[in-house]
Amino acid sequence: MFKKHNKVQPPATYREVWSKGDVSFKLSFLLMGFVQLRHKQWAKGIALLGIQIAFWVWFIFSGASALSMLSNLGEIKSKKVVFDQTQGVYLTKLPDNSVLILLFGVLAVILLLAMLGLYIAHLRSMRTLYVQLRDGEHVPTNHENLHALIDERLHSTLLAVPIVLIVAFTILPTVYMISMAFTNYDGKHPIGFSWTGFKAFGNVLTGDLAGTFFPVLGWTLVWAVCATATTFFFGVLLAMLIESKGITHKGFWRTIFVIVYAVPQFVSLLMMAQFLDLQGPLNNILMSIHLISSPINFIGASASPLVARITVIVVNMWIGIPVSMLISTAIIQNLPQDQIEAARIDGANAWQVFRSITFPQILFVMAPSLIQQFIGNINNFNVIYLLTAGYPMNNNYNGAGDTDLLVTWLYNLVFGQTQRYNASAVLGILIFILSAVFSLIAYRRTNAFKEG
Amino acid sequence: MKSYHAQRRLSLVFRYCLLALLAILWIIPIVWIILASFSYNDTGFVSTFWPKQFTLQNYIGIFTSDQFPFLYWIRNTLLVSLVTMVLSTFVTICVAYTLSRLRFAFRKKFLQIALVLGMFPGFMSMIALYYILKNFNMLNLGGLTLVYVGGAGLGFYIAKGFFDTIPVAIDEAAVMDGATKWQVFIHIGLPMSRPIIVYTALTAFIGPWIDFIFSGIILSSSGNAKTYTIAYGLYNMLHSTKGASTTYFTEFIAGCVVIAIPITILFIIMQKFYVSGITAGADKG
Repeated sequence: MFKKHNKVQPPATYREVWSKGDVSFKLSFLLMGFVQLRHKQWAKGIALLGIQIAFWVWFIFSGASALSMLSNLGEIKSKKVVFDQTQGVYLTKLPDNSVLILLFGVLAVILLLAMLGLYIAHLRSMRTLYVQLRDGEHVPTNHENLHALIDERLHSTLLAVPIVLIVAFTILPTVYMISMAFTNYDGKHPIGFSWTGFKAFGNVLTGDLAGTFFPVLGWTLVWAVCATATTFFFGVLLAMLIESKGITHKGFWRTIFVIVYAVPQFVSLLMMAQFLDLQGPLNNILMSIHLISSPINFIGASASPLVARITVIVVNMWIGIPVSMLISTAIIQNLPQDQIEAARIDGANAWQVFRSITFPQILFVMAPSLIQQFIGNINNFNVIYLLTAGYPMNNNYNGAGDTDLLVTWLYNLVFGQTQRYNASAVLGILIFILSAVFSLIAYRRTNAFKEG
Repeated sequence: MKSYHAQRRLSLVFRYCLLALLAILWIIPIVWIILASFSYNDTGFVSTFWPKQFTLQNYIGIFTSDQFPFLYWIRNTLLVSLVTMVLSTFVTICVAYTLSRLRFAFRKKFLQIALVLGMFPGFMSMIALYYILKNFNMLNLGGLTLVYVGGAGLGFYIAKGFFDTIPVAIDEAAVMDGATKWQVFIHIGLPMSRPIIVYTALTAFIGPWIDFIFSGIILSSSGNAKTYTIAYGLYNMLHSTKGASTTYFTEFIAGCVVIAIPITILFIIMQKFYVSGITAGADKG
């Protein structure tokens, strides 16, 4: 509520720390850790010193060259034969591997930034120590520093491992792929490629891929909205139905639905594709009870686009509702009962309780995960890839079919015939922008973010 | 009073009918998969719901096949998924608890960054991960496990939502009594979060069994079918052997049934962790 906008003046400036601090402070501006060691904060001092030494060794032996090669992604772009003057022979020069140069360049930038962050944090901690010494306050001992890690600084302890993992397995690959969108990495430049600015974006938005991009984008949005809304709403209803008074063997009922989720998707969806096939069991059953006279082509290569799209959404409900039912069950069971009890006593019926108490509460708890699900559906690779593989065919598209989402198209661009790696990276960025816009709108409308 | 009872009974009957109908609709395709795994077939195509002729040959075939080392696939996947489950649950619960119950300077920033990162399509980073692992000579099961665990740090939303529903009053009371935050986490936070730990662990455990994309990219380069996980092995069985795929279709189904059974049983056993009213009980008590 009462956010402080004016910054509190720091008790000491860095200039003061530099000029009035003793030698260990001055040294610590260059080499982190000295001042902590001087004041017997052994653990902190040794950690800082160690990290720093490791960093400089890495930087001198590989970091510096990795950074410098980032500027042109390698000198030699394609295989060529050059005449070596000194030996008097022709030598074949292989192109520099730009993929690796880019990867290690990005890694070097991240490490450099991390080190910079550590240095700034170190400066702050040094200033705190200086003030404590100057004002004669209690200087934390080595033991107190370590104890803080399981008390007031518990967050750093718990987050240390996750953050390292996130940087290595999410941030590094993501930054790498973003940079790839600004190169000409494709089938024609498979090993040595160079920076080309926004050219790949032009290809997707106005060039030869635009005719595919916009229709596929439209279907992706329709799909994501339908898939998220149907699974969430019916999942909550199903959970309420099973949790409702009088239903016995709740575990048994839940299990039946959970089985569908428990079966690996590549099994259930590949088999579902077979089940829905033109000559599959469903068509056979429907024909034998004379509901239809000729088989329906649900998802085949020559199916009607509309039928295929509806089928995909319905099959996704089959897969998705059990998951959403499980999550909402966990939430329903943890909802505070007193409000509901009070409403019951006041004479509210089941529907009123659901509409005004239970559903809003579930929505409140689930809002962030719903947005995640929406983004997840924009990126829902499995359902499309396994069920329809993008079919039915569409001859107006470049490397995509009628049920292809942006993300399956992205996959085709990398692993299919076309090998447009840079275009796939552009698609990734555009999918990101899409997700960002939608979640921004959603977060503004839910209270979850204000609380969280 | 009588009409009230009748009305309630009617409502119950209606709810039971609805539930039964839904359950049948949901389970029919699964029943069909099991039936199809027993069907005798030489066309590589199952077109009827009820098999014309039952056989055990598909199961015998998948377990004794030289071409498809099924038992190796199960062992590999079990190994990867158990390690992934333990590590991922640890990572996810740590992040979720920290973000939900602790207050610190870069908390908001962390949430925002996580949100932004979550919006990039997950497997856009596949190519980069492939080269990273290749460079460290880790295009194997260990590397695959690392990739799975690496993704766990950002999958905290549901667990955080759960922690948010536990009243802070309990934590505050413990801190008043002189507990450190670590003690609150270990003795109060973790015991109360059993349902969500189970949920998180289950999701993490299931991951390696259903992922055929990452495992395919990371494991396929070895070319040795004995190092595959089950998902990629089975998927590969249907797709790589193009001409022969029809021959092995029913064996593929049999293999799928075999792995789906333990996972399903696991779910049933673990369902009891979804006990009701955990917070209500803790706060009142």
